[in-house]
Amino acid sequence: MRKRESAICTAVEKHGKERKNLLPVLQEVKRVKNYLSRNDISEIAAEMGLSSAHVYGVASFYHFLDLKERGQNIIWVCKTISCYMKGSNDIMLALEDALKIKVGETTSDGKFTLLQTNCIGWCHKGPAILINDTPYTDLSPETIGNIIDEYYKK
Amino acid sequence: MAKQKVKRVDLIFSQECTCKEIIADALKKPREEIVQDLIESGLKGRGGAGFPTGVKWKMAMQEKGNKKYVICNADEGEPGTFKDREILDRVATKVLGGMALAGYVTGAREGFIYLRHEYRFLIPKLEMILDKFHTWMDEFDLDFKVKLFIGGGAYVCGEETSLIESMEGKRGEPRNKPPYPTNEGYLGKPTVVNNVETFVYTLMIMRIGAEKFKSMGFEGSTGSKLFSVSGDTPKAGIYELELGMTLDEFVKEFGDGDAKAVQVGGASGFCVPRKRFSETQIGYQGGLKGFSLPTGGSMMIFNSSRSMYNVLHNYLEFFEEESCGQCTPCRVGCQQLLKGVEAVKRGEKSQKYLNDLLRLAETMKLTAKCGLGQSVGNSFSSIVENFREEMIY
Repeated sequence: MRKRESAICTAVEKHGKERKNLLPVLQEVKRVKNYLSRNDISEIAAEMGLSSAHVYGVASFYHFLDLKERGQNIIWVCKTISCYMKGSNDIMLALEDALKIKVGETTSDGKFTLLQTNCIGWCHKGPAILINDTPYTDLSPETIGNIIDEYYKK
Repeated sequence: MAKQKVKRVDLIFSQECTCKEIIADALKKPREEIVQDLIESGLKGRGGAGFPTGVKWKMAMQEKGNKKYVICNADEGEPGTFKDREILDRVATKVLGGMALAGYVTGAREGFIYLRHEYRFLIPKLEMILDKFHTWMDEFDLDFKVKLFIGGGAYVCGEETSLIESMEGKRGEPRNKPPYPTNEGYLGKPTVVNNVETFVYTLMIMRIGAEKFKSMGFEGSTGSKLFSVSGDTPKAGIYELELGMTLDEFVKEFGDGDAKAVQVGGASGFCVPRKRFSETQIGYQGGLKGFSLPTGGSMMIFNSSRSMYNVLHNYLEFFEEESCGQCTPCRVGCQQLLKGVEAVKRGEKSQKYLNDLLRLAETMKLTAKCGLGQSVGNSFSSIVENFREEMIY
């Protein structure tokens, strides 16, 4: 509990208490704590002098501010048209197969969460995915296994 | 309509000159002259909306008050667009140069690059470039600093007022306009918001001159623009091309020989079928209803193996997810369009139901609060009208 509070205080201190800093604060707390719990939301609200409803409204608006516990690594598979045309479905199936989970789920060892997202801006090199912040492009169901293996080795 | 071949241009990524010199030279000019050059050049916003850049800067310049802002919109989320990522990856200094000009002209001392979350991998590189840029600003004695602001992942935040709301610590829901950001933008202060590519062009116009820029393209659509080419093409990638080419010429250059349609401007743009390639020109003039299509540069090519139903379905799922939900026409409209095409495809609704859906799309164009909801009908109507049989069977 102590660590939680301090992560929030640190983030608010670093970015400032004014409302305009809410997004950077949420992003930082998310990064440190993996996701934003209801408790975190209330604490951030209290710390910044905002209502919990406002903070929750903002946090729930943005795709990458996770409100659910996630794995250590998040895989985002682009499902928008250009990647879809280049076979993003096959990539998703290969990932589900390799990780033994379905889209939306987290592996039992907590290593990966598998999610979909909209256009990530690599349409000319599809199918493309993001693992955390790192883009991987020109994928095929064969190459995806090696990428996952690298993360298991880390 | 003048037929024009696809002409390659090399302004955005050219490395032949030192950026520092161009900025230094431009800053010696009076602000009014810079604005006049930009207006003269005919440069329009390269994000897709096409507002004249010089006019925008002039409006912000004329605002009273000493607190103003410059924002670079790098929330590139339109399906099929990836040029801004490439610009920031390869020539970020030029973007900052353009922002410095905007700062100088308007009197803004603070700038932001609103970088979409998906491009976080660029942060370390951009921070290094920012450090160098700030030392230049000190050398030029220009009080202008730029910070990064990282988006949270929301397509609608590419709309400038949503972007500003988001920067103010709120949900990224668009504002009513007016007031426009040049009057009341970030924190209520006059704000210039421009696309990444637009900032680069402002700097390049300072280098090559308004006349030379204007000599490219055609009346109302001067200059060149970056195009993000994807889909069924052997040459997917980013190309800087002179405005004014016809789709026919474009497809000859970039298609795979079997193109049946081109989506111009991404999911919010128009789908042009093969029979209209030769009469469709790429540029701003003519507005949304003519054969001249404005675009943020997304060009997706579909060949005859593609089901246009699947294409439309993919777009509608996209819009249904990305609608911010604030106004009813867009929130409910996107859901109903998606449900509707599915029902027609499954045979639960008769094909006449497509006409009801077309009317709904038209209503959304008229009543949605922002560009997102207003433009869903662009792709919807152009696909349903041109590929009706594919929606049904």
